[in-house]
Amino acid sequence: MATLGEPILRVENLVKHFSITQGILFKKKIGAVQAVDGVSFELHRGETLGIVGESGCGKSTLAKLLMRLEHPTSGRAILNDKDIFKMSGGELRRLRRNVQMVMQDPYTSLNPRMTVGDIIGEPYNIHTEVAPKGDRSRRIQELLELVGLNPEHINRYPHQFSGGQRQRIGIARALALKPEIIVCDEPVSALDVSIQAQVINLLEKLQNELALSYIFIAHDLSVVRHISDRVGVMYLGKIVEIGTEDEIYQRPTHPYTQALLSAVPMPDPDARLHRDIIRLEGDVPSPANPPSGCRFRTRCWKAQEKCATEEPLLIRRAVEPHPSACHFAELRHVVA
Amino acid sequence: MTNLQVGGDQPAGQHLLEVRDLFVEFHTRDGVAKVINGVSYHLDAGETLAVLGESGSGKSVTAQAIMGILDMPPAKIPKGQIFYNGDDLLKMAENRRRDIRGKDISMIFQDALSALNPVFSVGWQISETLRTRTEMSKDAAMKRAIELMDLVKIPGAKTRVKDYPHQFSGGMRQRVMIAMSLAMDPKVLIADEPTTALDVTVQAQIMDLLADLRRDLNMGMILITHDLGVVADVADRIAVMYAGRIIEHADVHSIYKQPAHPYTRGLLDSIPRLDHKGTELATIKGLPPNLMRLPTGCKYHPRCPYVQKPICVDEEPRSLNLGNGRTSACHFAKEMLDGNLG
Ligand SMILES: Nc1ncnc2c1ncn2[C@@H]1O[C@H](COP(=O)(O)OP(=O)(O)O)[C@@H](O)[C@H]1O
Ligand SMILES: Nc1ncnc2c1ncn2[C@@H]1O[C@H](COP(=O)(O)OP(=O)(O)O)[C@@H](O)[C@H]1O
Ligand code: SF4
Ligand SMILES: [Mg+2]
Ligand SMILES: [Mg+2]
Repeated sequence: MATLGEPILRVENLVKHFSITQGILFKKKIGAVQAVDGVSFELHRGETLGIVGESGCGKSTLAKLLMRLEHPTSGRAILNDKDIFKMSGGELRRLRRNVQMVMQDPYTSLNPRMTVGDIIGEPYNIHTEVAPKGDRSRRIQELLELVGLNPEHINRYPHQFSGGQRQRIGIARALALKPEIIVCDEPVSALDVSIQAQVINLLEKLQNELALSYIFIAHDLSVVRHISDRVGVMYLGKIVEIGTEDEIYQRPTHPYTQALLSAVPMPDPDARLHRDIIRLEGDVPSPANPPSGCRFRTRCWKAQEKCATEEPLLIRRAVEPHPSACHFAELRHVVA
Repeated sequence: MTNLQVGGDQPAGQHLLEVRDLFVEFHTRDGVAKVINGVSYHLDAGETLAVLGESGSGKSVTAQAIMGILDMPPAKIPKGQIFYNGDDLLKMAENRRRDIRGKDISMIFQDALSALNPVFSVGWQISETLRTRTEMSKDAAMKRAIELMDLVKIPGAKTRVKDYPHQFSGGMRQRVMIAMSLAMDPKVLIADEPTTALDVTVQAQIMDLLADLRRDLNMGMILITHDLGVVADVADRIAVMYAGRIIEHADVHSIYKQPAHPYTRGLLDSIPRLDHKGTELATIKGLPPNLMRLPTGCKYHPRCPYVQKPICVDEEPRSLNLGNGRTSACHFAKEMLDGNLG
């Protein structure tokens, strides 16, 4: 995408802490899991913003916040000039139409006792204005066709479909209410390579035809590069670097981004000879007790005293025009 | 170079491990699933063979047949041989086979958590592996357990032997599994999707560790995976499985440069790349076949962009020897290799 559309969603300093309690009768708060801790970004009309990061870094919590399935500890998310967390009544209903979600597991996210037609048409029970009763099955069949399924299979059950087909059903359900934004949480992670490509192509086709904006969450960095216009990299509840697909993959400046990219095995046996190898030690620390200052410092080979005392902000730094949350941000080419 | 497509009557080869024309079926209420349909591959000391394929292609079942841990019934092996140092494991008495399994040939699995017993310390579990197979004393076994944990680079092994599986992270648990699999100095290590459940930075650590161990201990390693990146990173040779057959086999450099089977080519074209954004992905149409009702002829023909009637529909392609250890089970293997198709 050459130029960015107008911002459609603006996320400001979003925080979600889960309390850790002790005791049965009198629950005492003994700590908090800092699942999302001060996340800000903009999503533009018609673009795909990829979110990458290792498990536990807060990706799904971020998705649930944006879907209003979780309530934030603090922060705002502005959609059409309104904070989604302050919406109620008709506004909330409109939000629920406007922002939809596709999840990883096509096996568990579809009710096995409902026909495909009922699953896709379920949202119409609440939002009757979108498809009047007499019009529903025609609309559902259109959706099936749109996602590449046979419209005649409207009365089949989820178990009669393959994994990739079930993911298409999940996508059709998300499209039923004509949303503007779809939050995709690991939508292709459970699929085999050949099926994954089919679903990725479908998501791209739908975006073009319906002018959708995607937040595309995944841990597969190659998939995210392919589908995203911009990419945010998360570590322990924070975005540590954000930029265009090209900036993040070709000109990363944050050590974590660089290490992450370096660790991805490439389908090219010659790559192992000339690639820059960065190997992180240890595991990600607990989000209930994150390191002071820069959260990455316990695994970072560049860490200095400043990193322990002062939190690096996600800002533009001298080396590169895109934001990076490292005191010692520096260009390093790790892919290619 | 050995011909991979040798029939069952040739003498046992000189390889460390050789699977020859193996067939496995599962007899279930719904019918007979033909899961392995003539798999042949071999492994020598000090090398890594990657077995690549999508889920359900038969990678794990082949490994289970080698280990002798298939449940029979429902599984049945109507045909085939599995040679270890020239002896057919499938014809061996059970007590000799048990000696080889877990000692000469050992295996690690994707899911370390469910493979470990939650109520025993990891040190106890590693030392038990030793004590059930050797005369080792309790103390000696525990000492060896610590050495093994050091070998797989678990920091502070001496204190951590007393910890329980849930006290380890996913990556550290996989290291414990690897330590346990190395207890008896195996000659062959089968790693079945060892990093699939792990994050990418931890996956890289574990793959490095496995590569180092394979080299230092001069083991042969069979690495089962669906990840074309992992294969390119660590394998010497690669065997691609589809519907219970090895449809292509080659050294890792040749296959990525010029695949000789349409399925391999389809796989390589359909993965997004880290090093460029790319345009629309190529796809393989349709789905893998139902193993209860396999297609006639080439099992890939319903999905193949190069299918030609009637030959592909009527005749199952033999595995064609293309020289330099390369084989491909496609009627048009030579044309694929020369780039004269599509
Ligand atoms: N409902 C919850 N209660 C307590 N902790 C939670 C809850 N949901 C998620 N977490 C914790 O928050 C952190 C982030 O989780 P998640 O957003 O699922 O990460 P990701 O999707 O990136 O793997 C993890 O440490 C997780 O255990
Ligand atoms: N115990 C079993 N009973 C019936 N079918 C089985 C059994 N184990 C495996 N299968 C079938 O065998 C096929 C191959 O399985 P597997 O070797 O596990 O595939 P892969 O490891 O390549 O994903 C699958 O279709 C699977 O459903
Ligand atoms: S701020 Fe310090 S610890 Fe954090 S990534 Fe940069 S150099 Fe490493
Ligand atoms: Mg998640
Ligand atoms: Mg398997």
